[in-house]
Amino acid sequence: MPSRTKLNLHIPSPRSRPGDRADFGHLSIPPATGASRPPSNVAASDIRELAYGLIRVMDDSDQAVGQWRPRLDPAHLRHGLRAMLLTRVFDDRMFAAHRQGKASFYMKSSGEEAIGAAQSLMLDRNDMCFPTYRLVSWLMARDYPLIDLVNQIFSNAHDPLKGRQLPVLYSARAYGFYSLSGNVGSRFGHAVGWAMASAYKHDSRIAIGYIGEGTTAEGDFHEALTFASVYRAPVILCITNNQWAISSFQGIAGGETTTFASKAIGYGIPGLRVDGNDFLAVHAATQWAAERARNNGGPTLIELYTYRAEGHSTSDDPAKYRPADEPEHWPLGDPIDRLKRHLIGIGEWSEERHAALLQELTAAVRAAVKQGEEVGTLGQSKPHPAEMFNGVFKEPDWRTLEQRRELGI
Amino acid sequence: MANMSMIQALNSALDIALTRDPDTLIFGQDVGYFGGVFRVTDGLQKKHGLSRCFDSPISEGGIVATAIGMGAYGLRPVVEIQFADYILPAFDQLVSEAARLRYRSNGEFWAPITVRAPYGGGIHGGQTHSQSPEAIFAHITGLKTVIPSNPHDAKGLLLAAIADDDPVIFLEPKRVYNGPFNGRHDQQQKSWSGHPLGEVPEDYYIVPLGRASTVRSGTEATVLAYGTMVHVALAGIEESGVDAELIDLRSIVPLDIETIVDSVLRTGRCVIVHEASRFGGFGGELSALVQERCFFNLRSPIERIAGWDTPYPHAFEWDYFPGPERVAKALQRAMSHA
Repeated sequence: MPSRTKLNLHIPSPRSRPGDRADFGHLSIPPATGASRPPSNVAASDIRELAYGLIRVMDDSDQAVGQWRPRLDPAHLRHGLRAMLLTRVFDDRMFAAHRQGKASFYMKSSGEEAIGAAQSLMLDRNDMCFPTYRLVSWLMARDYPLIDLVNQIFSNAHDPLKGRQLPVLYSARAYGFYSLSGNVGSRFGHAVGWAMASAYKHDSRIAIGYIGEGTTAEGDFHEALTFASVYRAPVILCITNNQWAISSFQGIAGGETTTFASKAIGYGIPGLRVDGNDFLAVHAATQWAAERARNNGGPTLIELYTYRAEGHSTSDDPAKYRPADEPEHWPLGDPIDRLKRHLIGIGEWSEERHAALLQELTAAVRAAVKQGEEVGTLGQSKPHPAEMFNGVFKEPDWRTLEQRRELGI
Repeated sequence: MANMSMIQALNSALDIALTRDPDTLIFGQDVGYFGGVFRVTDGLQKKHGLSRCFDSPISEGGIVATAIGMGAYGLRPVVEIQFADYILPAFDQLVSEAARLRYRSNGEFWAPITVRAPYGGGIHGGQTHSQSPEAIFAHITGLKTVIPSNPHDAKGLLLAAIADDDPVIFLEPKRVYNGPFNGRHDQQQKSWSGHPLGEVPEDYYIVPLGRASTVRSGTEATVLAYGTMVHVALAGIEESGVDAELIDLRSIVPLDIETIVDSVLRTGRCVIVHEASRFGGFGGELSALVQERCFFNLRSPIERIAGWDTPYPHAFEWDYFPGPERVAKALQRAMSHA
C-alpha cells in the first residue's frame, strides 16, 4: 500500500475570541469607487465579479462616490436617518424594558438599521417585505405607530397580535411587512411564491425577502433560490450577513471560502455584495434589483454585508464568545454615524439638528412606552383569554369551542 | 351524471376549479404537460394554459413554501406531492408556516392552499409509496386533513378543500383510484363503473368538510373508517354477520364528532379501522374520544384494526394490510362481550 496523507477534519474558528484583540485585518474592503454599475438588464453571467467585490457609495470620508451613487433628495436621506435613529433609540429603550421585567424577550437591530430603512423607503408601499427579526427599521421608515410595537412587546391587552406571538415577531400587512416567526428561513420561499403570484396576475408589485447568513445553510434558502431562478420571480432576495448567528461566526455557515452573494452564481441569477452599513449603497443596489424585477428580469440575490453590534437577543451575552470591543473595530463603521456625517458633509444636516432629533425621538419613544405601560406590561395585562382560541382556523371547530368552555371563559 | 374513476373525478374537480376561479392554479412534480404520474392533472395544462398547471422542481419544501406565498398574495394554489411518503421535506412549511400563519398574524395573512397527495398501500409500492401519514397532520393545530373514499366524494371534497380559506391536506387513497378495493387482493378487481358512488355530477358541487357519511346503517356495532378502509370495512362487516353501522369519516380534521357519538351511543360497540400503523395512529384519538363520550354505553372494549407497528413491508404487504378478515374478527370479538 502506498503511504497516504493523514486526513484532517477542518472546524472553522473565528480569528478572535474573548480576551483577544478584535481583528478584522484579514478583510479586504475595496474602495468605494471600485464597483462598476451595469445596466439592470445585464446577463447574470456578465457580472459575477459583483458577487465577490463590495458595492459601496460612501467612501472612507463619507462622501458619495462612484457609479452606484444614487441621486437622492436630502429630505429622503433625513427620513432614512430618522428611521435608523428611531430604531436605535427604541431598541435601547425596549431592551431596558426587558431587563425591568416588562417584556419576556427582545431583539435589537443595532448596526443593521440602514438595511430596513433604505429598502423600506426605496420600494413601493404595496410591495411586500418578508422580513427577519432585525428589520424593524422597515416599519420605522413607514411611521408604524410606536404604541403598537410597544403593546406587542408587552403582550398586553392592546397587543395587535392578541398575545399569540413572541415579542418582536410582528405582522403589519398595511405596511408591507409579512408575519414573522421564530423559525429562521421558513419565509424566504414565501417571498418567491408571493412574487410568482404577482407575475401570474400580471401585477407590477414585487417582493423582497430576507435571510441571515447563518440560515443560508437551511434547505429553505436553496429551495427559494431554485424556484426564484426557475420561474424568474420578481423578487429581491437578501442575505443579511451580520457575521454572527448567535455565537457562530459566519465561517460556520460557509463564509470562510466564498462570499454569500456568490451563491447566486450557481442559480444563474445576479449576486450583489453590498456594504449594508451604507444607506446609499443599500438603496442603490435595491433600486437596481427592483428595476430588474419590475422589467421581468427576475430575481437578484443581495448580500448585505453588515455587523451585529449587539447580542442575538435578550437571552444572549456576546462577550462570552467574541471580544467585547469587536463592534468598535468593524471596518465599515456604524450606519447611523456614517449617514449623519454624509448629510453634514453635503450641508444638509448639523450636530445641533442631530441632537435635537435625538431628543425628539427619545421623547416619542418615552411617551409610547408610558402609554403602553398604562395599558400594562408583561403579566399585568393581557388580551382576553378567548383570543387564545381564536384564529386557529377561519371558523372555529368544536374542539376549541368545547375547550374554551372547559377553561370557563 | 357520468361514471368516473376517482382519478377522473379529481380531474373534473380541478378542471372546474380552474374554470371557475382565475386565482386557482396547480403545480407540482410532473403535473404539467405530462398530467401527473397518476394522471390526475391530465389535459389541464393544454386546456387552461401553461401558467395554470405547471411542473415544479423536485422540492416538496419549495412547493409548499411557494404555495403559501401565493396564498398570502391572494391566490388559491393546489399543489401535488407525488406520493404522501415524500411530503416530509415540506413538513416544516406545513407545521410552522401554513398551520400557524393566520393565528400568529391575527388574521392578517393566511394560507388557503390545498396540498394533494396520493397515500396508502395495497399497490406493491414498498415502504416509500405506501404509507398513511394522516395522524401526523391531524395532530397539527391549524391544518385540515381530508380523505375521500370514492369518486363522488373525492370531487366534492376537493372542491370544498380548494374553496376553504385554511390549509388542507388532501390525501387520496391511491388503491381505490380505479376501483373500490375491498382488501381481497386475490380476487378479480372491480372498477368504479357500476358502483353508485362512481356516478359523479359533471358540474360543480361540494361535499362539505367535517361531515361524515353513514355508508351502512346497523344496530350492533359502529365501524369508523376512511379512505380505502371504508371498502375493506364493508367487506369485513358482511363477512362477520354482525349488523354494524359503517361511518366514512371523509375528513379527520374537522372531525364529525356528532355522527360518531350518535352512532356509538346507539350501538354500544366501536371498531376503528385504518391502514396506518396502530401506535399513535389516528385510531388512538378516535378511541379516546369515543371512550370519553360513550363510556357508559359501551358494551365491549373499543377495537383498533390497523397496520402493524413496522415500516410498510414490501413482500409482506398482505400480512400487514388490514383486510376484511381482521375487521370481521374484531366485530365478532366485540360481540362476544355480552
